[in-house]
Amino acid sequence: MLLIACPWCGPREEVEFRYGGQAHLHHPTDPWTLDDAQWAEYLFTRDNPEGWFTERWCHIHGCRQWFVAERDTRTYEFRPNPAEEARRG
Amino acid sequence: MTAPTDGEPRPLWRRRTPNARYDVVIVGSGGHGLATAYYLAAHHGITNVAVLERGWLAGGNMARNTCIIRSNYLVDASAGIYEHALRLWEGLEDELDYPMQVSQRGVLNLAHTTHDVRESVRRVNANQLNGIDSHWLTTDEVAKLVPILDTSAELRHPVLGATYQPRAGIARHDHVAWALAHAADRLGVHLIEDCEVTGFQRDGDRVIGVHTSQGPIGADRVGLCAAGHTSVLASTLGLRLPLQSHPLQALVSELLEPVLDTVVMSNTVHVYVSQVDKGELVLGAGIDAYNGYGQRGSFPIIGNQISAAVALFPIFARAHLLRTWGGIVDISPDASPIISLTPFQGLYLNAGWGTGGFKATPGAGAVFADTIAHDRPHPLAVPYTLDRFRTGALIDEHGAAAVAH
Repeated sequence: MLLIACPWCGPREEVEFRYGGQAHLHHPTDPWTLDDAQWAEYLFTRDNPEGWFTERWCHIHGCRQWFVAERDTRTYEFRPNPAEEARRG
Repeated sequence: MTAPTDGEPRPLWRRRTPNARYDVVIVGSGGHGLATAYYLAAHHGITNVAVLERGWLAGGNMARNTCIIRSNYLVDASAGIYEHALRLWEGLEDELDYPMQVSQRGVLNLAHTTHDVRESVRRVNANQLNGIDSHWLTTDEVAKLVPILDTSAELRHPVLGATYQPRAGIARHDHVAWALAHAADRLGVHLIEDCEVTGFQRDGDRVIGVHTSQGPIGADRVGLCAAGHTSVLASTLGLRLPLQSHPLQALVSELLEPVLDTVVMSNTVHVYVSQVDKGELVLGAGIDAYNGYGQRGSFPIIGNQISAAVALFPIFARAHLLRTWGGIVDISPDASPIISLTPFQGLYLNAGWGTGGFKATPGAGAVFADTIAHDRPHPLAVPYTLDRFRTGALIDEHGAAAVAH
């Protein structure tokens, strides 16, 4: 069981969360200029690192807010995410 | 299998130091890598082959699956390759002259909702059109086949019937790997353990070998059979693949008297269970949602599958858990495999098998070996190319393949 630190609610058990995969993906600013290969990249290809991964979680059974976390995919250890802490203020 | 003539059992494969180059290097000595090497040697006459393994032979997902073999898939592309595999399974013990406890004890896929019933009957019809043995069983017929299953209407998710594939079943995973390794070794294939591939040798857009923990090894062709680590390897070439690596857990009970002589799977409550000859109940379910390379997952996944199993099989409540384990599976966006040439000449990809790789072992090996040998997709691999994510011709088996991947 992962213990995940929700930026608003504090550490909670993994079952309260939904996983959102890689963070910081942005919809293409000008979709009409993308060719099929670029669309495929946007839709289907994600980073899949063995190591630190910046990812999204949603505290669905708590505050229901999305946040960004950093986790090591080898050890499942979380580390503080400065950007998220700054957002929380 | 030939019995040893003297006291000491002979090793099934020889320990090798790598040559400077091979015609084909296969990365990964799981079931798919071993099967690919075996078929390259046995069916295509390509025997100057090495299988490189960073750990020990068949110590990854091949040692961490639930042994189920079946081919009751909905769409034609899936039916094609999984039925090809099942037919190979049916002759594999004879072909390799090695017992691997292939047991065609049948697989039931339970339906618990009206929607399940519709999807199941549709899949049965599709299976029959593809020449795959598949039947719809009523609740009474299910109860007769699996007396320990709770088929009462009071269940939270009552059993409304099931699909049944009699030719499906289980096979003993370790023996499968050892049989393939033994056969490949006899044909001259080098099986090299403790040899981690760390990158590729390149000549422009051509892959001409690999870098390993035992030094560089040249190769005319390189085939990746590295499951969860495929995208890590490909990233050393700057090749981004539509794969995400997740933990997939399974578990076994202590040894019990025989109570279950078929495989029972349920998508809705999500558990699958069989009882191996030794007596252990083998249970599996879905992946952990998060990306992970840790070969372990989270306990709630195990808790959920055990609650599902106990709801269906009340007598399991008294069984003790013996051990749990996790493998790392590579999941593609449409949950179907990728068997493909790549943008790099001489580099071939067998990946994305996700939670369904074991059952495909001989089929994947045969098709991938053929693809490598002829430098073009085997007819059954044509739908499985990497390019389908660009063209949009996805193999939409996800959630329709009897159990969610």
